[in-house]
Amino acid sequence: MSAVLPATVPAPQTPFRRFLEEFFDSKLATLGFALLAAIVLVALFAPFIAPHNPYDLAKLDLMDSRLAPGEQGLGGASYVLGTDGQGRDMLSAILYGLRVSLYVGVVSGIIALTLGALTGVLAAYAGGRVEQFVMRVVDIQLGFPAILVALILLAVLGRGVDKIIIALVCVQWAYYARTARSAALVERGKEYIEAARGLGLSGTRIVLRHLLPNALPPLIVVGTVQVAHAIALEATLSFLGLGLPSTEPSLGLLIANGYEYLMSGRYWISFYPGLALLATILAINLVGDQLRDVLNPRLAK
Amino acid sequence: MPVYVLRRLAQTLLVLFVTSALVFGGLYLVGDPVEILVNPQADQEERARTAAALGLDRPALEQYGIFLKGAFTGDLGKSFVFGRPALQVILERMPATLELAFLAMLMSLGLGIPLGLYAGLRPHGFAARTIMAGSILGFSLPTFWVGLLLIMVFAVQLGWLPSTGRGPTTELLGLQISILTWEGLRYALLPALNLALFKLSLIIRLTRAQVREQSLLDYMRFARAKGLPRRRVIGVHLLKNILIPLITVIGLELGSVIAFAVVTETIFAWPGMGKLVIDSIFQLDRPVVVAYLLVTVFMFILINLLVDLLYSLLDPRVRISEAKG
Amino acid sequence: MRLRVLLAGLALALPLQAQELNIGLSTPVTTMDPHFHNLTPNNSIAKHIFETLVGQDDQQALKPGLAESWKALDDTTWEIKLRKNVRWHDGSPFTAEDVLATLKRIPNVPNSPASFAIYTRPIADAKATDPHTVVLQTRAPHPLLPNDLATIHIISAKMAGMGTPDYNSGKAVNGTGPYRFGEYVSGDRVVLVANDKYYGARPAFAKVRFRMITNSAARVAALLAGDVQMIEAVPTADIARLKKDARVALASTVSNRVIYLHMDSGRERNSPFVTDAAGKPMEANPLRDPRVRKAISKMIDRNAIASRIMEGEARPAGQFLPETFHGTSKRLSPEKYDPDGAKTLLAAAGYPGVFGLTLHTPNNRYINDEKIAQAVAQFLTRGGIPTKVDAMPSAVFFSRGSKLEFSFLLAGWGAGTGENSSPLRSLVATFDRSLGNGAANRGRFSDAGVDAMIHTALTTIDDTKRGLMLAAATDKALGELTGVIPLHYEVSTWGVKKGLAYKARVDQYTLAHEVRMTK
Repeated sequence: MSAVLPATVPAPQTPFRRFLEEFFDSKLATLGFALLAAIVLVALFAPFIAPHNPYDLAKLDLMDSRLAPGEQGLGGASYVLGTDGQGRDMLSAILYGLRVSLYVGVVSGIIALTLGALTGVLAAYAGGRVEQFVMRVVDIQLGFPAILVALILLAVLGRGVDKIIIALVCVQWAYYARTARSAALVERGKEYIEAARGLGLSGTRIVLRHLLPNALPPLIVVGTVQVAHAIALEATLSFLGLGLPSTEPSLGLLIANGYEYLMSGRYWISFYPGLALLATILAINLVGDQLRDVLNPRLAK
Repeated sequence: MPVYVLRRLAQTLLVLFVTSALVFGGLYLVGDPVEILVNPQADQEERARTAAALGLDRPALEQYGIFLKGAFTGDLGKSFVFGRPALQVILERMPATLELAFLAMLMSLGLGIPLGLYAGLRPHGFAARTIMAGSILGFSLPTFWVGLLLIMVFAVQLGWLPSTGRGPTTELLGLQISILTWEGLRYALLPALNLALFKLSLIIRLTRAQVREQSLLDYMRFARAKGLPRRRVIGVHLLKNILIPLITVIGLELGSVIAFAVVTETIFAWPGMGKLVIDSIFQLDRPVVVAYLLVTVFMFILINLLVDLLYSLLDPRVRISEAKG
Repeated sequence: MRLRVLLAGLALALPLQAQELNIGLSTPVTTMDPHFHNLTPNNSIAKHIFETLVGQDDQQALKPGLAESWKALDDTTWEIKLRKNVRWHDGSPFTAEDVLATLKRIPNVPNSPASFAIYTRPIADAKATDPHTVVLQTRAPHPLLPNDLATIHIISAKMAGMGTPDYNSGKAVNGTGPYRFGEYVSGDRVVLVANDKYYGARPAFAKVRFRMITNSAARVAALLAGDVQMIEAVPTADIARLKKDARVALASTVSNRVIYLHMDSGRERNSPFVTDAAGKPMEANPLRDPRVRKAISKMIDRNAIASRIMEGEARPAGQFLPETFHGTSKRLSPEKYDPDGAKTLLAAAGYPGVFGLTLHTPNNRYINDEKIAQAVAQFLTRGGIPTKVDAMPSAVFFSRGSKLEFSFLLAGWGAGTGENSSPLRSLVATFDRSLGNGAANRGRFSDAGVDAMIHTALTTIDDTKRGLMLAAATDKALGELTGVIPLHYEVSTWGVKKGLAYKARVDQYTLAHEVRMTK
């Protein structure tokens, strides 16, 4: 029995300490964590670090547009990573964009995961009509292309960070629901759940303490992928003209904007935001992988 | 089992009904198709004429009623843009998308499972780390960006493959298929790779995760302890067990490959239904969008049904829920 | 002797006709029926297969087409002399009957999403006085009849009864033009083959394949990879690089499309996107004051937009159409960038730094539309009018715009007729359903003087007089009242493989029969 409980619960000494020890056991994960921490810090304090304020339209000089990295503008300002087509300093835009992308990716990821995992596990636990109903709703949801959902929401609600989060949650929750359900379905058939039911444990307890933790490892895999996916999807929506407001660009929007300059050799407009996106997603995944291994009750020694 | 299948299919009808209502209502809210269809030079009279010709001058509910009435006889309405039955417009484009999705799925499975297995079995090796790092690249770079990069490298710089478009087609069972000939396949390789990249990464990661899990389980230890040859342990016992969750994902992803073909088709000028639906959305060609969604949702439900059935065949522990109650 | 001439002719002609030309189109062709959907890409393809009575050259100046000549007999009667010895692709001769059948079919194409009836509606009656003369009677004096006729593709009377599906399958496609129908695959390609019996210049290519490559970067890549030999709508970002590329030649011209800003000058109060300095809704509508509109115009550095955002692929505009077009003003030049003058005007109007705006723009309709809007917002914000940008797909934008949900919007106007009356009537004439005026006047600008001048011009047959009146109306509506703010004229650019040449057209049509080989 104890093998199936989350590793954090039954530990005799401070469980959090043990968790930390296990987590930082891997050098790669430590590196990933450091990178992620650095990225988050940079994103949080972007307004204090960034050399320019890319949101202030009055400060953007059109005559300084498309400068290569290191080139000096007319007003004497120099731009380490160059400027985009609007005259926006790329370094500042990336720092601010990181903030927007992380916020959008993580918030939509957390909401979608919570929503999806709960519905999925509940569906698996309840079975019968409830399960049928939930899974059909999931079917509909997955059948809708994200772009269509986004367009309709955009038209009804308008454009903005909160709207894109709603759209991303709508698009993603079904993935979590399906994954959680299939994991829980396997678990439900096992003896210990039968035993727990036999012991007269409450449904909530079985779901929260037994089914959910066991559905976590695949959910975390899907989750780390999905946060990355959410950020990339937001970029794709921007590419199709459905993303965030262009005056307050995310990393994805910066990449999408720079896309048209790729062929003409002005690589920096989408290359550096791409690099930042890559680093972020790499860090998230390194941490996610390790989290999964540590939290996984079966892999625990 | 047949009862179960029948009941699932009956529910499908309900799902399709809800889908149609949602999309119809949603697109109605987005905007007035007349504004985007008419020539900008058109005056108010011509705008009114267009609205009347397309039935857009009636109240929304009445329009939906007319659609429903037609839908029961298999008529999903005429495309505003093409003036042809929407279903026909979609079915015409479907083979192009399906062959692309098929090729992409083949690529991601054919490469993804072996790479994932390898990375899972030797998780600490250099090769495994490289594979895993590569897989992160695969899903963090936006599809449209990678697509253009592929074109620039393989078509413009190296000149190995055609940059865009679909190759010559041959007829197979009444469908126009292009990937049966080498010439046609050449056109499909880059877009399929572009479409496969994300799935490939996902499958590598999932396979690896599954292998890591399974190899610690009792049956694996037992099989190894029994002295079974490594090939047999991996080939039969391990593979069979990791297939179960993989099938769910594959079923899911096949659908999403079709849905995400939109971007790839746009960049590679691939004349599939993804490209059609994005154009139709931007032109507010409601009959086509509604018909497209009905078709794809229906396909999704079928795929999911197959996945669930396969599931119960592969894993005797999972009983189809109906079998119980 | 005759044989020798014939052989010599063959020897000259054959090597000249190249095998195949592949062209990358930027927007999908939706039909092969020339009367079904009035859309630039459709009309462009139709112009290869079919012809119009009145033709337009690359500057949209009228020239004989299937009609040899046309003249107004009185204010409402027009006589059109048809070209003789023209044959349809199926071999039958072209006569006045075909013209009558075409005029009859146009208003009656079922399910047409954008019909050509706007051009035939002024015609009350049409009859043939002999096989090569058509007399048209208009309801009211209609000076633009020849321009309208330039948009109507003549089909053969034999095929007039056929529906759109028969055209899409190619069965009913029977034209008089330099190319014949080959193949049409929706969303993918259109293939045309040379009409070797064409009465005009012999087509230079045996076969032309149009491929729909809507993504701009992919279109450029296809040209560089040699998959196509010609592309239209070269993206501005790639112009500089392609100019340096020895494999490619570019052809460009200022187009008939102006990008402009429309302001809510209709509502007296509570314009939806006019705010006070703090971003709260504001009751007064400063945009009604012509001085404020002029001030906005002065805040914008058009040269900067043309050189930085458009990378030189635009020309700053002072009116609706470049000066070479009929009916344009000789007095208006692009508004000079004058931030100080703008401040003075704003202060004089009583609105110094007290209001903000949201500029709405489509993001998939015009070249760099969203970027231009951002640049405008940058200039306005610097000039003391804090401005936000809200960009959306044109599907959403035009519906909302026509419902007057915006206060300040960016849009474009291409004069299809090639005359200044088109933008005047649609953009600044008072919105009036019964007259068909102001259909795209999304700012509801209205001035009785301007209306009167437009109305007189539209019923004046004499070209010179009409031109002067249209110019005067433009001076008043734009120069004096700033009813809309013109930003720039788009430049259309085509890219061709070295060895080919194309004469760039102001109407943005991509015509294979106008492509020449330079060696």
